Amino acid sequence: MKIRDHNELFKEQEYTEQFERKKEFENPWPPEKVKEIAEWTKTKEYRDKNFERKHIKINPAKACQPLGAIFCASGFEGTMPFVQGAQGCVAYFRSHLNRHFKEPLAAISTSMTEDAAMFGGLNNMLEGLENAYSLYRPKMISVCTTCMAEVIGDDLNAYIRQAKEKEFIPDDLPVPFAHTPSFVGSHITGYDNMLKGILSTITAGKKTAQQIKLNIIPGFDTYTGNIREIKRLLNLMGVKHTVLADVSETYDSPNSGEYKLYPGGTPLAEAADSINSIATIALQKYSTQKTLDYIRKEWGQKAISLWPIGIRNTDILLEEISSITGRRVPQEIEDERGRAVDAMVDSHPYIHRKRFALVGDPDLLLGLISFIMEMGGEPVHIVCTNGDKTFREEANNLLSESPFGVNGKVHIGKDMWHLRSLMFTDPVDLLIGNSYAKFLWKDTGTPLVRLGFPIFDRHHLHRSPIIGYQGALNMITRIVNTVLDEMDRKTMHTASFDVIR
Amino acid sequence: MSRPIEETQKIIDEVMDAYPEKTKKDRAKHVKPNDPTGTCSTCQVKSNIKSRPGVMTVRGCAFAGAKGVVWGPVKDQITVSHGPIGCGQYSWWSRRNYYNGQTGIDTFGTMHITTDFQEKDIVYGGDKGLEAALHELKELFPLARGIGILSECPVGLIGDDIEAVSRRVSAEFGIPIVPVRCEGFRGVSQSLGHHIANDTIRDHILGKGKLEKTTPYDVNIIGDYNIGGDAWASRKILEEMGLRVVAQWTGDSTVNEIAIAHQAKLNLIHCYRSMNYICRHMEEVYGIPWVEFNFFGPTKIYESIRKIASHFDDQIKENAEKLIEKYKPMMDAVIEEYRPRLEGKKVMLYVGGLRPRHTIGAYEDLGMEVVASGYEFGHNDDYKRTYPVMKEGAVIMDDATLYELEEFTRRLKPDMVGSGIKEKYSYHKMGVPFRQMHSWDYSGPYHGFDGFPVFARDMDMTVNSPTWGLIRRNRKERR
Repeated sequence: MKIRDHNELFKEQEYTEQFERKKEFENPWPPEKVKEIAEWTKTKEYRDKNFERKHIKINPAKACQPLGAIFCASGFEGTMPFVQGAQGCVAYFRSHLNRHFKEPLAAISTSMTEDAAMFGGLNNMLEGLENAYSLYRPKMISVCTTCMAEVIGDDLNAYIRQAKEKEFIPDDLPVPFAHTPSFVGSHITGYDNMLKGILSTITAGKKTAQQIKLNIIPGFDTYTGNIREIKRLLNLMGVKHTVLADVSETYDSPNSGEYKLYPGGTPLAEAADSINSIATIALQKYSTQKTLDYIRKEWGQKAISLWPIGIRNTDILLEEISSITGRRVPQEIEDERGRAVDAMVDSHPYIHRKRFALVGDPDLLLGLISFIMEMGGEPVHIVCTNGDKTFREEANNLLSESPFGVNGKVHIGKDMWHLRSLMFTDPVDLLIGNSYAKFLWKDTGTPLVRLGFPIFDRHHLHRSPIIGYQGALNMITRIVNTVLDEMDRKTMHTASFDVIR
Repeated sequence: MSRPIEETQKIIDEVMDAYPEKTKKDRAKHVKPNDPTGTCSTCQVKSNIKSRPGVMTVRGCAFAGAKGVVWGPVKDQITVSHGPIGCGQYSWWSRRNYYNGQTGIDTFGTMHITTDFQEKDIVYGGDKGLEAALHELKELFPLARGIGILSECPVGLIGDDIEAVSRRVSAEFGIPIVPVRCEGFRGVSQSLGHHIANDTIRDHILGKGKLEKTTPYDVNIIGDYNIGGDAWASRKILEEMGLRVVAQWTGDSTVNEIAIAHQAKLNLIHCYRSMNYICRHMEEVYGIPWVEFNFFGPTKIYESIRKIASHFDDQIKENAEKLIEKYKPMMDAVIEEYRPRLEGKKVMLYVGGLRPRHTIGAYEDLGMEVVASGYEFGHNDDYKRTYPVMKEGAVIMDDATLYELEEFTRRLKPDMVGSGIKEKYSYHKMGVPFRQMHSWDYSGPYHGFDGFPVFARDMDMTVNSPTWGLIRRNRKERR
């Protein structure tokens, strides 16, 4: 039986006629007016007006702190992310992460309402902790906040202490906390704050002798494949390691016919012992700044951030690991490098001097700028809604190191509506961004390579790494084939419709 | 198949046992065995009450109800998520309220527009920034027919006066600017957001426009958000009946449609929960009667078509019968195709709005039985409408928690579950066939004659996908 759903149904004449009839009631603008304005939005004049705005964001590429905080918390063994504040926020965070990963996520809200706004959220916190502990038996409850709790000034530390004193939860249950107001920073800030909160709680009093092992902090990295990849590389090198906030199982767990509330995460004992590692390497900088500061100061550990996207960045990471641990990079990894480079050499004619627009989180963008220039592509418009001035300087320095970076311009605090203007007035060949960037693809016709977060409209991409040599190979495969697909689409009615490329 | 009420009560008691005393007492009032006759005095569920902290409610907030559900779909108004970045981000084009128009030019439905509050806005207030923002929007989007300001939590807590800003700027621009006080901490769920949104529609838009030509057949579709094109499929039926649809609330609607809706002769309400307020208002002030209808599945569609026609003259009644005659063979063919594969399958529903009861008929058309159903944010009047359409001993849940859903699934062993995105993947892990019944799992429409074949196909693919059979349970269980 042939079933027509929305994809076909509404193209049918009976519906297109219905849409025409409906206009009688809609009070639509005349088509010529709509066309005139549509054309105007593509002009330089409109771009300038668009760049003058200061008080409104239109299609921004950032989320809020507690999303990053619960993402971080979900990467620890048996840990229940717990959010003090209004309940809708948690429904939103869970939905957002579910849609990206196609995986379940448990997280708790204390369901604060008007009375809590008047009298504070203590009772919500006490009952919330008791219920969450009784029902979901976590080994750790990781507390963060919504704007509501922050605006009314809830004292998390005192509330948690009371919950233990009054025996709502056991005294020895670790309950780290972080203040994560949504009106400060973005999801990457929340990740950082929560990780610092968790590490400072669970490593307290655990300092013993230093051991030759590494801590790896992935940062707000939504590629579970990246975590598996870094572990694989470290295992090949024979380096003992602990991934801090290991979300790889949380968001990519096997289907065994059983729903597990806490499918994986960094074992708490191992996380507690991270204070005794020789060094900490974060694979993102802007989502780990406070945590690394804390590790340096409080643990006295070497703590650096490197973002292994692309060949040279991966070289640097592996050399650094080698020099810290004394372990050599084995031939197997060297061969992987050779394969990735071989692929880049083979594909270079389709990337060389291609112009790119990029939108995403600061760390991802730094990695991509570097990788694109390695392939001979040109990063042109670089939009980072949650980027700060330090990021801009760093990105500019990176661009200035290569002749392929001369046309690159970094836009911090800007959004995808700004990028739309840029893409109309100064077109590019390729766009890299999250699923919402598909509106730019639709408006400008620029092919989109989906990298970043959130990706809702394509499946399973988070499972393939984009870091390391394997990640470089995965990215070049996707980018070059997007170029070739587009080339086919554009030449399908011409003589240039080649079968060998 | 019905189950004795006492037996179901025993199952419920077992599930409740895991709660701490105070929470157990509260939750027990929200989960009951069904009594279709209404004689069992202990079978009425309590509803529309605050969720217990820490239990993992599925509910959202007033902002979700006002921005996500009611105002968001109005296509030619700019909907501003006023406050910090998150709320607008997470509700960005997630409800699939389809519309026609050129986005960013004359329509704005798939855009995320926010004042992105920073710390200084919390400290010094956000009104000045809002006013400047409205001017910037007017410059960039001259064809916007209105602007909605949808407040997020901090706006209400810091005491901003968005009403004053709206009044001032609305007078200056000559378009409606609607302040909506839908801060997420208000009320106990999405539901208050619907009510607040209805009230702002009433105060700022309704009755402000004029429909030049009216007919005796003018109706409004109320409470259809055009998810996957639902309202279009419903409109098709009404037009074929000879009725003239003036306004669609609010799927694919325009500000003008809402402004002229008071001139219709009859309000047809699909989602009673989210929009009954405005129907009552229009009845009171404009004398427009309203009728509830259900366009899920042929049985309910035929029933509803006749019910709607009964409000009109013989011509419409005749059209209605002809219409049923025309579509019945197609509906029968769908049933003939899919029913053999779905007959006897048990369904558990946990959704919102109208679906926990309205979709039951469509499942029954396919030979399926709904053994448990519940509302995220229902009120007493929703439950009253639900008891009679479910079998005795079915489980009725209000504001269920993740824990309860899992436990009832274990005990009732449904063949499929229909709920939301937060539930979807835990069911996938359990190996229980699952369909999202908020977003139609990116399918649709499910309303009307064009929707039912899609519904039937989707339920079939859910229950009968061979992928479920590939799941290898852990060894202990397999033995």
